[in-house]
Amino acid sequence: MKILVCITHVPDTTAKIAFTDSNTKFDESGVQFIIGPYDDYALARAVELKAAHNGTVTVLNVGLANTEPTIRKALAIGADDAIRVNAAPTDSFFVASQIAAVAKDGNYDLILMGRESIDFNSGVVHALVGELLGLVSVSPVMKLEVKDGVAIMDREIEGGKQSVEIPLPFVAGCQEPIAEWKIPNMRGIMTARTKPLQVVEPVGAEEQVKLDQYSLPEAKGAVKIVQQDQIDDLVKMLQNEAKVL
Amino acid sequence: MSILVFIETDNGNVKKSSLEAVSYAHAIAAQNQGTVTALVLGKVEESQLGALGMAGASKILHADDTALDTPSIMAYASATAKIFNDTNSDLLILAQSALATPAGARTAVKVGAAMVSNVIEVPEVSGDSFKVKRGIFTGKAFETLTVTAPKKVLVVKKNAVEMKTDGGDATVEKVSVDISEGDFKLKVLETHKQEGDVLLPEAEIVVSGGRGLKGPENWGIIEELAGTLGAATGCSKPVSDMDWRPHHEHVGQTGIKVSPNLYIAVGISGAIQHLAGVNSSKCIVVINKDPEAPFFKAADYGVVGDAFEVLPKLTEAIKAVKS
Repeated sequence: MKILVCITHVPDTTAKIAFTDSNTKFDESGVQFIIGPYDDYALARAVELKAAHNGTVTVLNVGLANTEPTIRKALAIGADDAIRVNAAPTDSFFVASQIAAVAKDGNYDLILMGRESIDFNSGVVHALVGELLGLVSVSPVMKLEVKDGVAIMDREIEGGKQSVEIPLPFVAGCQEPIAEWKIPNMRGIMTARTKPLQVVEPVGAEEQVKLDQYSLPEAKGAVKIVQQDQIDDLVKMLQNEAKVL
Repeated sequence: MSILVFIETDNGNVKKSSLEAVSYAHAIAAQNQGTVTALVLGKVEESQLGALGMAGASKILHADDTALDTPSIMAYASATAKIFNDTNSDLLILAQSALATPAGARTAVKVGAAMVSNVIEVPEVSGDSFKVKRGIFTGKAFETLTVTAPKKVLVVKKNAVEMKTDGGDATVEKVSVDISEGDFKLKVLETHKQEGDVLLPEAEIVVSGGRGLKGPENWGIIEELAGTLGAATGCSKPVSDMDWRPHHEHVGQTGIKVSPNLYIAVGISGAIQHLAGVNSSKCIVVINKDPEAPFFKAADYGVVGDAFEVLPKLTEAIKAVKS
């Protein structure tokens, strides 16, 4: 079984968000970058499926050379090899086009990724890749089993979950609890250094959007503290001041 | 500008978020001599269609193919793409959901349109310039984009626009769509949905509990407050990790992101990952016995106190004003 796992290189979930260059660039100073948390779940499940089905796992990242430590971490977790598409990810269609171009000739049985990245939150790359490749896309997947060329999955729906069956190949956006995150061990870290990391140039994709600028939410006013024995006042404020009751 | 709005239904009922999407489309149309057409796929109660007119649609296209009665991302995308092309639409609007967002993305590829999701404001349109604002970094920041492609698909977040209810009558026309066997490769085996509860992503009010509730056996006070308010219940990540509550109630950066009018957080300290999931709520009330809990900094109103004392009082006070 050949599995392709697409990973993002994103600021840690606790990172302070700030911008430079007249609000046109993300301020990376002091920020630690990680594998996208949802992608980490996809990778963990891929490594388990590889072990169970005698498969291979290739990780794919669309990013410049600064993402290589993140890619090496994925190799340390258990991927066999990696591909980096040498381009800054501009928008979801551009990223999806690069993934589709790599996957087109790869004969992958499964194309897994997180349900969304935690930086640009588009949540659509799996669907775009599916459509570009003419494959079914499913998201967000919380459980994935494969047997005899057919996958059984649980996906989250509003207020519940749905079990679905689908023949391979397909594209899936993953989330917890599909697998436990894996922490690389020393052996994994050592072997990751020598695993193949191929760098490919991007394919042309029509520009659909252009960034004007980033902005931050307006600062919140001070909290109004209500005493525990004055709950009636809170209800009045929610009714008359905030107008939410 | 010809605007098509994808309408999502649940058991034949039009979802409120889709009425918001129609209102959003109407706000764009009003500034740009546009027309708003609502597309309904599969079974819908006839009585539900009037609300689409009141929300701002002038025309409703209804594809009542029974194959579309069961929601399918692939089939919905094929059907929507055909109607988008047939109607010479410039813009497709969808309300964000597990079904509509990917269906919109697939439609965008089929019709060669730009795709922008997580949109939070009505776009600024002037001549050929089309600027749209969207949430990024899980609500911790925004970006404003110029959409350069002539055809566009926008997926709109809840609460992006006030819902319009003073529109008029819309004409209803039956249409046929193209769907193929290939659109049904995914077979649904089972669906488990909580009946009767207010769904978290749709809720106007959310009451969430954290570790301060001490155990799943104490969730009754959260449920009672939620029941009184007609609210959905949520929880923090540790609570779902410990299986006190199901995963689909986990609110936060790696769980469900919500944007209700009122978010009440009980016994949740306010980790940055939790705040990221709730920071687009209109009003936040925090109840915590630790006055240093970071959540108070993000709150509009705070009560420093024991949840087990505060919640019953709050429930009673709300019952009193509602009666």
